[in-house]
Amino acid sequence: MIDGFLALYIFMLAAFTGKEIIGRVPVILHTPLMSGSNFVHGIVLVGAMIALAEATTPLGIAIGFIGVILGAGNAAGGYVVTERMLEMFKSSKNENKG
Amino acid sequence: MDMHVLLVTAAKASYLLAALLFILGIKRMSSPVTARAGIKWAGVGMVIATLATFAITGTNNLAWIVAGIAIGVLPTWLWGRKVAMTDMPQMVALFNGMGGGSAAAIGAIELLKFSAEPSASHPLSTLVLAVIGALIGSISMTGSIIAWAKLDGRMDKRFTFAGQQAFNFAVFAAAVLAGLALVFWKLDVNLVVVFFVLALAFGVLMTLPIGGADMPVVISLYNAFTGLAVAFEGYAMGIEALIVAGMVVGAAGTFLTQLMAKAMNRPISGVLFSNFGGGGEGTAIAGAQKPIEAADAASLLYMAEKVIIVPGYGMAVAQAQHKIWELSQALIKAGKEVKFAIHPVAGRMPGHMNVLLAEAGVPYDLIADMDEINPEFKTCDVAIVIGANDVVNPAARTDKASPIYGMPILDVVEARQTIVIKRGKGTGFAGIENALFYADHTRMLYADGKEAANQLISELKMIEGGGGH
Repeated sequence: MIDGFLALYIFMLAAFTGKEIIGRVPVILHTPLMSGSNFVHGIVLVGAMIALAEATTPLGIAIGFIGVILGAGNAAGGYVVTERMLEMFKSSKNENKG
Repeated sequence: MDMHVLLVTAAKASYLLAALLFILGIKRMSSPVTARAGIKWAGVGMVIATLATFAITGTNNLAWIVAGIAIGVLPTWLWGRKVAMTDMPQMVALFNGMGGGSAAAIGAIELLKFSAEPSASHPLSTLVLAVIGALIGSISMTGSIIAWAKLDGRMDKRFTFAGQQAFNFAVFAAAVLAGLALVFWKLDVNLVVVFFVLALAFGVLMTLPIGGADMPVVISLYNAFTGLAVAFEGYAMGIEALIVAGMVVGAAGTFLTQLMAKAMNRPISGVLFSNFGGGGEGTAIAGAQKPIEAADAASLLYMAEKVIIVPGYGMAVAQAQHKIWELSQALIKAGKEVKFAIHPVAGRMPGHMNVLLAEAGVPYDLIADMDEINPEFKTCDVAIVIGANDVVNPAARTDKASPIYGMPILDVVEARQTIVIKRGKGTGFAGIENALFYADHTRMLYADGKEAANQLISELKMIEGGGGH
């Protein structure tokens, strides 16, 4: 278990990281950030896997199973969609060179 | 050291690596040049974290875990690969809802587990964050599903009834009360069920009255919600990777939501709890809309030196992005300067227009932000507005009685000539008349976006073929 205050520090520093990373971004980048961050919270899959592994009752297993399906869907779907969108972004300068 | 402890330590080290890859990946996504590498870095982090987790789970319920991952990954992967670019907003909403649901499921398991143990065995902070995470995760799940259904055209755009806000508030208050009771009174299984039913119901109720142009704010908000829910459940389970990744997304999402709301000049609470257009009628506009034929519009373009194209949601509906780029290429070939002006809330999700233009092949350096492009309208010979309405309405600057007064807009009205491509004379999402459409130098080209672009291309070819100068 994580110590309460240590966890608060992690929360605080991660929140600042999130804000700093996307601070002052041009509109053109809202897409990758929106969809990319949507993918990153697919990490919830890891939590769902551990919760399912620890579940002992049929109800717990059922809920954990649904949690793993949903988490895996978030991660996989989020990745594919983001990659497809980012693949399309190209500069006219690169085009001229190529 | 015992084998299991060693495996858990290895898994925790992998989580640290994954968290680092997520942060570096998102950082790379903040530049168009490195964005593609960024998502790959984050993807590698996800695979490492998932594989490492098997070291912790061991063989407990292993078949269920593997089956769950397979059922979750396969259909979304295949669906995500083939879905049309215009459908991206609803896909993002749907995947976000799945993440929220997963966080809510973790919360449910934790609460059920706690309810079976003596109350002293878990610290208060764990219980509180498990409850809050479950609450916002549930709201994010059902809210995102409703948002998906609306964006996918499966549901009436808005659903309102008398006393809706009071009713919604009552449901929310009841959900919070149930959560408080779980923390401070009794961890009872029935109460856990009541808590989740209320939280899930509130997500539905909250999203029902929201629609149209408010969607970018809502999608961004639910993305932040899921991030926060993941972070809180991560704390409840003691998994640092969930705390870091969830919190980074939660903060970034909150920031993006504020940005969206600011671009609409409305507080987030205004988007959630009041309907647009309810604030007043605005001053009536004198004059008439002046129509133009495609041939005349093409000759305006032929004579122009600088053209700015302003796309909106209507372009997505008409699927006109490819034809618009074809038209732009014809103009560029004829030696004209062409730029695209994007309003932050154009479309139905943050960055919606960028995706469509990129799909059509428009290089991103031709696409300009509102702040960047606004001073350029003065020097622009022709502005083409396709499917945008409220975001170009000068009433937002001049008419204090207008419900959109104060909203930052694209200064299309400053251009020497404006051609508005539009199906008919209807109003935009806010339901108000657009002063730009009545301006002296504005001409209306009444047609479907794709059709209009097609006509302009062929008319332009005819003019060029005639060799006229």
